[in-house]
Amino acid sequence: MSVLVYIENTEGKFKKSAFEIISFAASIASKINLPLVAVSIGKVSPDELQKASQYGVTKILNCDVDLNTSLNPQSNATIIAQAAKKENSKIIVMTAGFSGKNIAPRVAVKLDAGLAENVIELPVMDGSFKVKKGAFSGKAFCYIEMTSDIKVISMLTNSYKVIPSPVQAQIESFTATRNEKDFTSKIIESKRSTNKISLPDAELVVSAGRGMKGPENWGMIEELANVLGAATACSKPVSDSGWRPHSEHVGQTGIAISPNLYIAIGISGAIQHLAGVSSSKVIVVINKDPEAPFFKAADYGIIGDAFEIVPELVKAAKAFKASQN
Amino acid sequence: MKILVCISSVPDTTAKINFSADNKEFITAGVTFILNPYDEIALSKAVDLALENNGTVTVITVGDSTTEPVIRKALAIGANDAVRVNAQPHDSFFVAKQIADYVSKNPFDIILCGRESSDYNGSSMPVMLAEMLNIPCMLFAKSLTISGSSATLDCEIEGGKEVISTPFPFVAGASEGMAEWKIPNMRGIMSARTKPLIVVEPVSVTQHVKLVSYDKPLPRSSVKMISVDEAGKLFELIREEKKII
Repeated sequence: MSVLVYIENTEGKFKKSAFEIISFAASIASKINLPLVAVSIGKVSPDELQKASQYGVTKILNCDVDLNTSLNPQSNATIIAQAAKKENSKIIVMTAGFSGKNIAPRVAVKLDAGLAENVIELPVMDGSFKVKKGAFSGKAFCYIEMTSDIKVISMLTNSYKVIPSPVQAQIESFTATRNEKDFTSKIIESKRSTNKISLPDAELVVSAGRGMKGPENWGMIEELANVLGAATACSKPVSDSGWRPHSEHVGQTGIAISPNLYIAIGISGAIQHLAGVSSSKVIVVINKDPEAPFFKAADYGIIGDAFEIVPELVKAAKAFKASQN
Repeated sequence: MKILVCISSVPDTTAKINFSADNKEFITAGVTFILNPYDEIALSKAVDLALENNGTVTVITVGDSTTEPVIRKALAIGANDAVRVNAQPHDSFFVAKQIADYVSKNPFDIILCGRESSDYNGSSMPVMLAEMLNIPCMLFAKSLTISGSSATLDCEIEGGKEVISTPFPFVAGASEGMAEWKIPNMRGIMSARTKPLIVVEPVSVTQHVKLVSYDKPLPRSSVKMISVDEAGKLFELIREEKKII
């Protein structure tokens, strides 16, 4: 028996979220005394693969398919399910990102397993098996008891620490039998911007709302985000007006995020917006309206004009970054 | 062209969420239920596609009779008919099985869903359904165009975008941007009352997961206000007090 973790690479490299999910899986495996096996799909160098052993993986199944194949969720689900069968995995863990959400439900169906998605804490394993996850778009949590023999768990990004636990890992080449139905859909084009931080993964987020008055004023927001190494986000009215793309909209009907730091500028804090950002560890609110409801949900608040404060924050962020180096 | 839209009814986005004293039940009294906002985008897209391609739109939901106002709303927006599987939708695997069972007897060219429901946010039902039917699923689709019997979709991926082409049938999850929300007009509302709504009984499914209790986020400790003159000290302060940057 084993615990299996799927580690996703971006063009051959593992991101921090991969080490986070390995650490999460390693904590589960050690608690129930099972070995931790990882499966990697796509072209990843042996050196990069060995990085997984730094966090407690003892065996790495390396499924060395070409890039386009490695982006296909149906094929990936088939590979992961077969890896789980081979390793007699009772718990299969992966990140609940855009790709994990396209894969985990398929793996669960293939293995006749229970699925818990967007899990935010280590499961409680006291004879029963319970997980905690968000519900009602950030307004609440719920606890799910998983009663199936095999369990598939996807974890929300930024929910667990990276914990070094170096071991020796053996890398094993792995091939899965896939069928033509796995390749019904075709990827025609795949564009990833490498210099931009993806919003769901971001540890720091700078977000702005209607208080910015118009899209032409976003330069200072982007500058602040750049200096901090943060992703940019916006409120619903902003994406609805076309000032910013929908992919930046955080809130109940946009993306739910859980960064370490969320800076909200000129956003009043409607309940739907709060729902999407309430899992942020620290929230800073900047608004000229002292009555803005967002202040009640914030850790730090500054009452004042964004057009005065943001340039000050840019300066401060530059000095702060310089002092860190 | 036959299009199926899977819909769910969820608490209104402005609703305050409360639980019973033992945290085991979600208190629905006083909560208005609405058509899940993402499903509404999927439905709006389906109605547009059906108009352009001389097709039909069926909506399906798994729920008891209290979901009927939401089904009528979907019919008012422009669906031609509706199916209600008469059961509590207790988990996504259960719901996917019910819809897969219906679709295996009544095939569709396109199955649209919202990318997630705003109650449990799992995003897993559409993908499970596609897996049960052994067809592709594009869960985070921002646009969908049809040509003949295949489709091209722009999908969100980590840090970017993917363009995917797929033949019929397929499942797609609608994200913001796929279609404009439609507001039902008077004619739609009137005709919704008489459009067909059939009720089918559920198939039995082994339950793998069970919701045992709820919890609410702890309120944040009170906000610390910083004066505009001190704004420059924000990052130092966060580092000292919260140790997250």
